Amino acid sequence: MEQVKKIFARFDLQQYVVYVGFLLIFLYFAVTLHDDGFLTQRNLTNIVLQTAPATIMAIGLVFVLSAREIDLSFGSIVAVAALSAAVVMQEYNMFLGIAAGLGVGLAIGLFNGVLVAYLRLPSFLVTLATMGLFAGVARTLTNLRSIPVIDSGFTGFFGAGSFLGVPSLVWWSFGAVIVGHYIYRETRFGAHVLATGDNARAAQVSGIKVPRIRVAVLALSGVCAGLAGLLYAGRLQAAKYTLGETDLMTVIAAVIVGGTLLSGGKGTVIGALVGSLLMGMLNNGLILQGLSVSDQMIVRGIIILVAVAVSLRDTNH
Amino acid sequence: METQPLLELSHIRKQFGGVVAVEDFSLDLHPGEIVALVGDNGAGKSTLIKMISGVYQPTDGAIRLSGETVSFTDASEARARGIEVVYQDLALADQQPVYMNLFLGREKLMKGLPLLDRRSMVKEAQQLVEDLDVRIPSAKATIRDLSGGQRQGIAIARATHWAKQLILLDEPTAALGVAETAKVEKQIAALKERNVAILIISHSLDQVFRLSDRICVLRRGQQIGIRETAKTDKNEIVAMITGVN
Ligand SMILES: Nc1ncnc2c1ncn2[C@@H]1O[C@H](COP(=O)(O)OP(=O)(O)OP(=O)(O)O)[C@@H](O)[C@H]1O
Ligand SMILES: [Mg+2]
Repeated sequence: MEQVKKIFARFDLQQYVVYVGFLLIFLYFAVTLHDDGFLTQRNLTNIVLQTAPATIMAIGLVFVLSAREIDLSFGSIVAVAALSAAVVMQEYNMFLGIAAGLGVGLAIGLFNGVLVAYLRLPSFLVTLATMGLFAGVARTLTNLRSIPVIDSGFTGFFGAGSFLGVPSLVWWSFGAVIVGHYIYRETRFGAHVLATGDNARAAQVSGIKVPRIRVAVLALSGVCAGLAGLLYAGRLQAAKYTLGETDLMTVIAAVIVGGTLLSGGKGTVIGALVGSLLMGMLNNGLILQGLSVSDQMIVRGIIILVAVAVSLRDTNH
Repeated sequence: METQPLLELSHIRKQFGGVVAVEDFSLDLHPGEIVALVGDNGAGKSTLIKMISGVYQPTDGAIRLSGETVSFTDASEARARGIEVVYQDLALADQQPVYMNLFLGREKLMKGLPLLDRRSMVKEAQQLVEDLDVRIPSAKATIRDLSGGQRQGIAIARATHWAKQLILLDEPTAALGVAETAKVEKQIAALKERNVAILIISHSLDQVFRLSDRICVLRRGQQIGIRETAKTDKNEIVAMITGVN
């Protein structure tokens, strides 16, 4: 028994749980949903396409959590960014539309970050407030109407198009993960984010500009949400205030299941990708299995609970 | 003294709200000199060190470094001037590996690229802990998995490695065994050889007498006096610390 315990203590469960979970759930669906077409290339590709926006938000959130902050507002940013892009595109052109979408994400993220870093307000409260605030803005911005996005250049680039035979959403998803992973693991900025989340005082006395790091991670999360908004608008060929509304739980779950600690100082972008694919696969499989939307929410809620339990077990050891 | 003092503190005072932590404190510290700061718990020793390193700003008084008045607004400014600190409460990032802690805020990058040069940091860190005889499994070990003494060893290794002018040590051997303490004391002597000025806080009078050139006594924020170590004894110092004679 002692031996077994020792082996388990050594084995960093948190680090691998997402891969094991992914495989198990994949196998489960592959067997039980074989006749429902789960394993078809079309369905599997669909999972990747559908999770692209969530994956990109998840990357931003990995940085935020690693710095021991939280962002609850990214779902609302998605809607405001997509709507801004759509409106600007109607009036002007695709490039200004893209700039508007990303710019809005950056601006809201910076706003969050400045309040957190320089006014010392807890990010939980700040982003809870901006979540509500910008959900409201998204509603009033267009009077609850949806704005069509007809620019075929835009919808190809962010939505249905493909490049070298690979769908553009797959490019966005994996491209963002690779860039995010490198920034997180291999740059000074990534190291400073981790140090800030691990021990902000130690980071500070080591010459790391902790407030700037806090602003940066929240701004980055805003930009990621802005990009996610563009992807939604491109894929759905329209922007509406409901975009991103249900992503909060999915993305947080993806990141935590992926192996990023809520308590800061440790995380992984690749894990977040796998977590996001896992969430997408669950969604897909549960739909194929005929579960209602509410049942899906329950199952996802349970998954988050299990993930959090595992993550706490790890920090207490 | 003919040489210019490296560090001059004149009439430093620090107040936290209504609490006066340090009152009218003055001290000159010369290159290659070791001054020990002693006093009971809460005497104001750590506060004094934090004022020198820029964590706190003095309420009153002046700090001069090589004759130039400085007022650091945070610790990184002091660090840029060659001042290193081992804090009593350590200041390590627990979930990061040893080598990242040794290079915290000074990470090495690959030539011409904005990417971390982990390999060279690991190599240098490994060399450093071996030179200082800090016994850890590997430079890649996570701080959280080390013992208290090993952590202290890392904090000291980091400070001694980077100290160019002045090192401030807040009870550096408090968590260490006899052998480890001896190693750290050797390390401090080597810093003195390198002409680094050293201010050390210690509750061990034996250690203070082994290491220091001068001893400075604090009691409840008051500077009681400074003695040359060679010209005093433990009885006098104890009397100064406790205020009983
Ligand atoms: N940040 C702070 N805010 C308020 N009071 C403080 C603060 N830091 C220190 N003090 C007070 O200043 C006094 C001196 O504290 P300090 O930590 O300098 O003592 P010390 O001599 O280092 O003691 P020890 O030997 O226990 O480490 C204490 O009364 C302490 O309560
Ligand atoms: Mg102290």
